[in-house]
Amino acid sequence: MAVTTLRLNGAMISAREGQTILEAAREAGTRIPTLCHLDGVSPVGACRLCLVEVNGRLMPSCVTKAAEEMDVRTDTEQLREYRKMIVELLFAERNHVCSVCVADGHCELQNLAEELGVDHIRFDYLAPECGVDLSHDRYGQDDNRCILCTRCVRVCDEVEGAHTWDVAGRGARSRVITDLDRPWGESSTCTSCGKCVMACPTGALFHRGASVAENVHDRAMLRFLITAREEKRWTV
Amino acid sequence: MDLNDLIALADRERADRAPVELGVCLAASCQYSGAEQICRSLSETVVAGGLAGRVRVRKVGCLRLCSEGPLVRAEGEGTPPVLYRKVTAEQAPAIARAAGGAPADGVATADLNAPFFSMQRSIVLENTGRVEPERIESAIAAGAYRSLSLALHEMSPEAVVDEITRSGLRGRGGAGYPTGLKWATVAKMPPGQKYVVCNADEGDPGAFMDRSVLESDPHRVIEGMAIAAFAVGADQGFIYVRGEYPLAIERLDTAIRQARRLGLIGSDIFESPFDFRVDLRIGAGAFVCGEETALLQSIEGRRGQPRPRPPYPAESGLWGCPTLINNVETFANVPAIIREGADWFAGIGTQGSKGTKVFALAGKVRNTGLVEVPMGMTLRAIVESIGGGPPEGSTIKAVQTGGPSGGCIPSDLFDTPVEYEALKALGSIMGSGGMIVMDQHDDMVALARYFMGFCMDESCGKCVPCRSGTVQLYRMLDRIERGVAAPEELERLEALCDMVKHASLCGLGQAAPNPVLSTLRFFRHEYEAKLIGKNGEGTHSPIAR
Repeated sequence: MAVTTLRLNGAMISAREGQTILEAAREAGTRIPTLCHLDGVSPVGACRLCLVEVNGRLMPSCVTKAAEEMDVRTDTEQLREYRKMIVELLFAERNHVCSVCVADGHCELQNLAEELGVDHIRFDYLAPECGVDLSHDRYGQDDNRCILCTRCVRVCDEVEGAHTWDVAGRGARSRVITDLDRPWGESSTCTSCGKCVMACPTGALFHRGASVAENVHDRAMLRFLITAREEKRWTV
Repeated sequence: MDLNDLIALADRERADRAPVELGVCLAASCQYSGAEQICRSLSETVVAGGLAGRVRVRKVGCLRLCSEGPLVRAEGEGTPPVLYRKVTAEQAPAIARAAGGAPADGVATADLNAPFFSMQRSIVLENTGRVEPERIESAIAAGAYRSLSLALHEMSPEAVVDEITRSGLRGRGGAGYPTGLKWATVAKMPPGQKYVVCNADEGDPGAFMDRSVLESDPHRVIEGMAIAAFAVGADQGFIYVRGEYPLAIERLDTAIRQARRLGLIGSDIFESPFDFRVDLRIGAGAFVCGEETALLQSIEGRRGQPRPRPPYPAESGLWGCPTLINNVETFANVPAIIREGADWFAGIGTQGSKGTKVFALAGKVRNTGLVEVPMGMTLRAIVESIGGGPPEGSTIKAVQTGGPSGGCIPSDLFDTPVEYEALKALGSIMGSGGMIVMDQHDDMVALARYFMGFCMDESCGKCVPCRSGTVQLYRMLDRIERGVAAPEELERLEALCDMVKHASLCGLGQAAPNPVLSTLRFFRHEYEAKLIGKNGEGTHSPIAR
């Protein structure tokens, strides 16, 4: 197997052929913030938090393959500022009120805001009117908390194979929908496996009956399923 | 069909020319102002007046001076051609009867020696307005498919790629990527299924170059695609045309059917082993589908959303196969380059920008319409000579090029030549060819707000900077325009523009701040004049409202 070497924040690191910058950086112990990325499903490069500077250009590290001669910087002042702005834009876009959210304390958006030092929002809160779908007997969907990362879409399509979820609308009016925008509970494709709920980074998809801070996402379960299938290894 | 058949067909068609030919522009803009009726009226007069042997009425494409439509061009043996403008159905009989002699009385004519026409140089539009877009015989008589025959019989695919490379042709969709390099990349991918795609999803507000080409000379684009397919080893092409262009779709559909019937596309073209089929795909109204990766998704039947590049379509495009994707105007240049040679093409234009560029000239100028000029012509020549300068009472302030991805260039920089690098250096882009002229009454903040609103509505919603950033930028610009923004707003606007430009996923988001940044660069005072002053007072103070 071919191995390449590249520079990461000044230090030389090695990467296996085909590895992304994100994977190589993680192996080298360097954290790059991510949000739409989910191990085991295809990367889409949509949230732009994992942008890194490669030879002076900004590239999404989750989809950019590590290559020889790359000089990668993961934590420049420009990147820190951009990441902060992106998280602020997400908070401003829908109605993210942590204190009454089922995912409070278990939310990747909240964690990122803390990590990046977001202490106030410099943009207008758009406060759109979003619906809550409680038609499914085990799960609920709250569009107010959705950040359109499409993890649910990808995990449902690629891991479960049901493709119940998809995105409707364009721009800021985009929403994730089940089937052809039918209530979730009436979906004829949903297998009620719950993988979308495990994958959701925020409180947008939750177990019914969970109260504030009670909705814990089971990412380990997804990891287990994926390694079991890909590597036929039934232990994580 | 072989080359001899093609030549025979062209000869028959040419022999069939009448002493006097009346070309009625039936491109969209003249059609909407009543050209169909004029065409009927002309035909009736010809039949009723017993002129059928002498005069023929032809349904041609764009005659360029769109603002003066409907347009009719009269061409007779021994007399200089006449271009009638603002023709009405009532005037049609007079035009038909005058044919061949002096221009008809009482019908306005345009001066064909005026700078609007004489300063243009036609390559892409060389047959526009001359051939009948709905009759392939007419296109063949003007030379269509001869370059394809030449490429198939006398050139290797490598030689075709080399010819395009040496010509210096660059992508006319806006970004200006070297066309030969793109072709070479697809050609070098291992043999197997490959595709050629024509991007006809022209979506910039104010731009109508590609529409005019498709409506006026569709065979030119099909021929260009076929030559490209031969060069890169593809056997299937798609033309992705926006649904808002019903006439272009209809004419392309007719053109493809006619070309197929004559065996000019299909199997064993010109009795060579080369096969090439073309199909139309109709866009459903999303601007972002003009972005190449989103366009390919849309052709595959998926949600039209861009994906990160690399991999570039040349490596992994339609259904994962190597795909060559070029704009309408780029393909339309190809037959002429093959016919006349790379050196001829490279001799036109400037060092870095070869050939000509078609612009849709619109806004506050006397002459609006379709213009094709050699690269390197100054903006001043286009606006003041070809465009005829400002209308009465108007002072030109700036031109906007490149639509929602471009910028504004102030009138004191009008000596800038039209070329990719020069426009980019001024914070604008060549773009696909929209050119909107603005005068002293046009508010630059309102313009920036308009384009930002356009990008906001057309954002696909995939990446956060574009989806959410454009909404916030729009709100900031709206506040500034309404005079309710504090001075700090300008800094926040610039900071967010910077992020959206550098962090967005595709060209739409990356270019969305351009109209703001370029107006800030040249017309910052217009923004500042609208801000609330430090003591809470300003020219547009909300208190005063």
